[in-house]
Amino acid sequence: MNAVLSPLAAIGAAVLGMLAALGRVALFAFDTVTHLFRPPFYGREFAAALVQIGWLSLPVVGLTALFTGGALALQIYSGGARFNAEEVVPSIVAIGMVRELGPVLGGLMVAARVTSSIAAEIGTMKVTEQIDALVTLSTNPMKYLTLPRVLAATLAVPVLVAVGDAIGIFGGYIIGVTRLGFNEAAYLKNTVDFLELWDVTSGLLKGAAFGFIVATMGCYYGMNSGRGAQGVGRATKTAVVAASVMILAANYLLTELFFTS
Amino acid sequence: MITLTNVHKAFGPKRVLQGVDLTIDKGTSMVIIGGSGTGKSVMLKSVLGLVVPDSGSITVDGKDVAAGDRDAFLARFGMLFQGGALFDSLPVWQNVSFRLLRGALKRPREEAREIAIEKLRRVGLKPETADLFPSELSGGMQKRVGLARAIAAEPEIIFFDEPTTGLDPIMAGVINELIREIVTEMGATAMTITHDMSSVRAIADNIAMLHDGVIKWSGPVSKLDNSGDPYLDQFIHGRAEGPIEAVR
Repeated sequence: MNAVLSPLAAIGAAVLGMLAALGRVALFAFDTVTHLFRPPFYGREFAAALVQIGWLSLPVVGLTALFTGGALALQIYSGGARFNAEEVVPSIVAIGMVRELGPVLGGLMVAARVTSSIAAEIGTMKVTEQIDALVTLSTNPMKYLTLPRVLAATLAVPVLVAVGDAIGIFGGYIIGVTRLGFNEAAYLKNTVDFLELWDVTSGLLKGAAFGFIVATMGCYYGMNSGRGAQGVGRATKTAVVAASVMILAANYLLTELFFTS
Repeated sequence: MITLTNVHKAFGPKRVLQGVDLTIDKGTSMVIIGGSGTGKSVMLKSVLGLVVPDSGSITVDGKDVAAGDRDAFLARFGMLFQGGALFDSLPVWQNVSFRLLRGALKRPREEAREIAIEKLRRVGLKPETADLFPSELSGGMQKRVGLARAIAAEPEIIFFDEPTTGLDPIMAGVINELIREIVTEMGATAMTITHDMSSVRAIADNIAMLHDGVIKWSGPVSKLDNSGDPYLDQFIHGRAEGPIEAVR
């Protein structure tokens, strides 16, 4: 009997553990948001976070979008050729980039770069007693460390997504014109004609949600880091994995919400 | 006056504090000694509210530390952490004047910088140190910067957590002398935790020994060498034989 029940008990314990962790993250996120409405607000830390998260992520997001746009154009051209639909390349590249690939790949790249950095930085601050030092200096770590990063990421990632969308479409345009023989003006016209405002807006909203997830997970796992180098390493790894999975899950839920009604 | 009454704290099955009773009079320097892992840091952090005791009471000037305005309460304290706990992302002067750049004690940046440089000078560091980052400092310099930060806002109560750990004997002596001088000239109440006996003799007015989660002995530094307490005698002479188990 035990041989049957033990695996079930292990699965149950894992599920309960995951739900408990999700609950703790939700409470942490809620607490972070409430600090937005309670002064003091640390403007310098917010500005520094904007530069770190937004400006310094531009190269990696831009390069990702450029290559993705180019590859997408090639894929759609080759796939479309099976039923003589090569001309849809510009519109599919544009819609695919702004609705899906721009926000998701942008979010994942920012998670790789920013979530890891935030979790490692805050985790190190915790194990070297810098978080305790903040408290003794009458400074709330949630206000000083977490809120500026979460707010900066929530505002910066949509901008990164917008830039990534433009670069991705440009990547498709370059490949379309130079490799696939599209007329320059026709490619641009097809791109613009089939793109709707909601396509772009929905992608930017996804970007804001992914930015919130990216910074919240980095801060949560950093604040709850274990002791020593191993503890910080584990916190960093878990933060990136959790942020990536949550971005993909949130992407599905938001797509359901935005496009199935 | 800081008073701890029957304070208990456990982490899971490990009972760290098992009924600590201790009084630190205003304007005096109390040094807490005891072996590694006996709960000295937990006791100190309990006073600051960084660790919440399971039971018992902790008061400062008769007021419960867990009640009232937390910022106003913490504004009375300065603390030197074991590893310095300097903020890596800020230059030295902003570390020192951290409290003066934000919150209730906020000053203009120029004034805060001047105060930081003055405090750095007080702990024996040159003004040029002000613009360096913590990673550019030696261990001894980091301790001094931590000390400057602890005294920057002229606190009434200062805590020192292992102030000489990791320092060579000469630098340890310098830090001990600085702490004694600063506490005396500021008239502050000080609580230091250490197992460095040279620190104990240099800094303490009174000593308390923490062992097995309770205060085993307390008294003035003048009675340290003739206390008649076997636990204290074993500890201050560093003997392997005695009532304290060497392997814990």
